[in-house]
Amino acid sequence: MTDLLKIDRVCKSFGGVVANDAVSLSVPEGAIIGLIGPNGSGKTTLFNSIVGYHPIDSGSIRFRGEELSALRTAEIARLGLLRTFQQTRIFGKMNCVQNMQISVPHVGDSFMTMWRRFPPEVTERAESLLKFVGLYAKRQLRAEDLSFGQQKLLEFAMALMNEPKALLLDEPTAGINPTLINGLIDRLKRAHAEFGITLFVIEHNMRVIMNLAEYIYCLAHGELLANGTPEQIQNDQRVIEAYLGGH
Amino acid sequence: MNSSTRMVLSAALFIAALFVPQVPALQPYLTQIAFLWVMILFALTWDVLGGQMGYNSFGNILYFGLGMYATAVIQRDLYFTVEEYANVAGGEQAALTTAEYLFGLGLGMGTGALLAVIVAALLGSGILGLRGHYFAICTLGLGIAAGELASGWDYIGAGSGLVTPLLPDALGERGPFFYYVFLILAVIAFLVLRRLYAGQFGLAINAIRDDEDKAEALGLHTTRYKTVAWCVSAFFLALTGGAFGNLVIFIDPTDVAFAGPTFGVWMVLMAILGGKGTLWGPVIGATVFHVTQELFWTYLFGWQRVALGLLIVVVVVFFPLGIVGWMRERWPKRFGEVVDAEARKAQISLEGES
Amino acid sequence: MGNLEILVEAPIFSVQLLLDGLLVGAIFALAAYGMALLWGVMNIINIAQGDFVILGGYVTLTLYNAGIPALAGVPVAAIVLFGVGWVIYRVVIFRVVDRDLFISILATFGISILLQQLMDQIFGADIQSAESGLGTLFLFDNQVTLGKVKLVAFGTVLVVGAALAIFLKKSRMGQAIRATSQNARAARIMGINTDRVYAMTFALNAAVCGAAGALVVMTWVIQPFIGLAYTIRSFMIVVVAGLGNIAGVVAAGLGLGAAEQFAAFLLGAEFQIGFVFALLVVILLLRNAVLKRKRQVLK
Ligand SMILES: Nc1ncnc2c1ncn2[C@@H]1O[C@H](COP(=O)(O)OP(=O)(O)OP(=O)(O)O)[C@@H](O)[C@H]1O
Ligand SMILES: [Mg+2]
Repeated sequence: MTDLLKIDRVCKSFGGVVANDAVSLSVPEGAIIGLIGPNGSGKTTLFNSIVGYHPIDSGSIRFRGEELSALRTAEIARLGLLRTFQQTRIFGKMNCVQNMQISVPHVGDSFMTMWRRFPPEVTERAESLLKFVGLYAKRQLRAEDLSFGQQKLLEFAMALMNEPKALLLDEPTAGINPTLINGLIDRLKRAHAEFGITLFVIEHNMRVIMNLAEYIYCLAHGELLANGTPEQIQNDQRVIEAYLGGH
Repeated sequence: MNSSTRMVLSAALFIAALFVPQVPALQPYLTQIAFLWVMILFALTWDVLGGQMGYNSFGNILYFGLGMYATAVIQRDLYFTVEEYANVAGGEQAALTTAEYLFGLGLGMGTGALLAVIVAALLGSGILGLRGHYFAICTLGLGIAAGELASGWDYIGAGSGLVTPLLPDALGERGPFFYYVFLILAVIAFLVLRRLYAGQFGLAINAIRDDEDKAEALGLHTTRYKTVAWCVSAFFLALTGGAFGNLVIFIDPTDVAFAGPTFGVWMVLMAILGGKGTLWGPVIGATVFHVTQELFWTYLFGWQRVALGLLIVVVVVFFPLGIVGWMRERWPKRFGEVVDAEARKAQISLEGES
Repeated sequence: MGNLEILVEAPIFSVQLLLDGLLVGAIFALAAYGMALLWGVMNIINIAQGDFVILGGYVTLTLYNAGIPALAGVPVAAIVLFGVGWVIYRVVIFRVVDRDLFISILATFGISILLQQLMDQIFGADIQSAESGLGTLFLFDNQVTLGKVKLVAFGTVLVVGAALAIFLKKSRMGQAIRATSQNARAARIMGINTDRVYAMTFALNAAVCGAAGALVVMTWVIQPFIGLAYTIRSFMIVVVAGLGNIAGVVAAGLGLGAAEQFAAFLLGAEFQIGFVFALLVVILLLRNAVLKRKRQVLK
């Protein structure tokens, strides 16, 4: 497998806080990779760096061989590298279908396409993806009227609508009702299998990540602490200490 | 109200509007009624950014004044030298033939609109990068700076203003002529915006309003959408300004062309009063405001502007949703929003097959 | 730009401009200090800031016309404006404090228009000023003139600014104000009555503006419709200096005052106001460009 995303010695600090310290990792094409670490260990910061939300201090981030660190967020998204937000972000005053419609891939957009109406296929696809995440009955509701967990699912569906090659998910199951979590894991796996999307997932829920990911990286204090298969990580003394020991 | 009744109603309104100048009783008020269409154009064009995109601009008046001056200057320079015009302006000698007048007006308005679009595109790429209150106050500065600049520029008459050519007799009175000009402009602007809001453009600027970072994260060309939105707004405003100068004949740089404290603020107020971010809101808001304002003028002379200040405060503080926004909250179904209790209560489920 | 030669040939003119600019800039800084306080504590940008200044000027002018020395206008204008600010808070502002910033901008814009029109109705649209009767200093072989009142105004600015700073630092109310500006929720939990804090902050800001206005009418002129320029000056100064940076506010205020004098001299006095507003646009664009380069998330 080739590396879809390759991160090489990325450093990022905010004032005095070193949020990422020489982090290197790679996400092979077609894989499901996990990223774990205690609160404040720099996971979200790493995602932000990858998608160009802020510039990195040093290091390199390559997506399909192309250097990302000089590109802007929207350009990176159009390359097919998409992220969801830990603090779920949706378009609150628009209804679910509209949220989905505007999430179509924008890579071919030009001055001419910006005037177009959405063709019926787009709406159909939007509705079928809403079905996929179980939100079909709510499709005409304003997104801000959905519960937090439902918004999380909507954001996931919007990401799928965008047809990314790789999807960075920041805590997809946080705030989701435990009875729905199995269903969500199933959806993530199906998105991976059916749509061929490479997944890179931040997750605090160990049961979820062990079930989902084939390979896991663990951050602590901004540094890469351990990496390995779920079994290796589960039994890694340093990981256990990092989580239990606090900081 | 379903869409076909709404269509019939709009068509009826439009036809009624076409006949207004024929009603003898309304003749003396035609200019005031023509102003109504101008107000609607103000509110509609402001709402593109302010309501639909969430960029509250106090500076759109810039494009209005720009169109006005561009039109007047072209009308003048086509047929006169500056000195010549200064001597004859407003007098009989300045009379143009119908063909000359129409050509000058058309060319002027067209050029003004083009110029406004170019300026909006240039300014937009910088100023639309500002967010929230920085954008609002920056645009406020922009509008006033333009007025001050115009007040000092001799070529366009500086502080003593510029007179536009008179409407040739063959075209009748100014009132009815410009009534139709503004009616047509307003209808076209309305239809164009309705079409734009119905497609990707509309959703994109709504998305920018709701969460610009998220829109960017999804790969939208946010700068492009924002700039184009401002250009659309500038285009119609410049056309409006071009004709407006000819309606009022005299262009004062700060009281007519770049009239930030009056027109510039009214745009905002009317859109909010009617309902920001809705299609009909600005139309309704402008109508209500215009009528109210005329009443203020009639019954409160001297204190009408005080009352306007008060009106702004009251509307903004107590009625920020606006008329249409309020109706939408009250009767969401009439606005095509399905919010039946069933959908709200529907349990979402991810178990098994879906 | 023809005047540039004059500056080159007679550099002493620069001294005159600089002096005038710095002294008037101090008054700008005072109004800006108030705006920064309000912005920091209540997250409100007060478009009526400049109209408070002008209103303070009219209060002083009224005293002056009644035969009372204009200098007495400083405390009186401050007290009157304190009351005006308090009332405006109780009637309008408390309803918009926690809402969308644009709502408060627009609401204060409405108040600004209201005040302008009221002043126009009451005092007339003429340009007016109050003579301090303090006389003029002649410096550098009479080449530079300096109204003594400008020096007095400068001193007054220092006194008022220092008094406000000490009040914020030492008094109970001042501490409550600062606590609220750090974190209003936490302050509320700690038992601070934030509504009173807000009222006090808004009224204090108005009082500071009133004092500034008294100085404006003595050193310069007032007119009902020029308030917005003072608002924009305050805003610019705060944007350049940042919130909670008194030294920065003073420096930016003095700098703006001087820049305006030079611009007015070089471009012509008719462009002075235009210069202020154009400078605002430029400063905001520059600020954005710098922040963008760092790609910091803008609030
Ligand atoms: N914009 C910012 N400015 C300053 N400091 C920041 C910023 N973003 C993150 N940090 C700091 O960087 C560190 C890492 O934060 P980050 O959000 O990446 O953690 P995380 O691993 O995602 O934690 P969590 O599991 O709680 O989401 C923290 O100490 C945080 O305070
Ligand atoms: Mg995080």
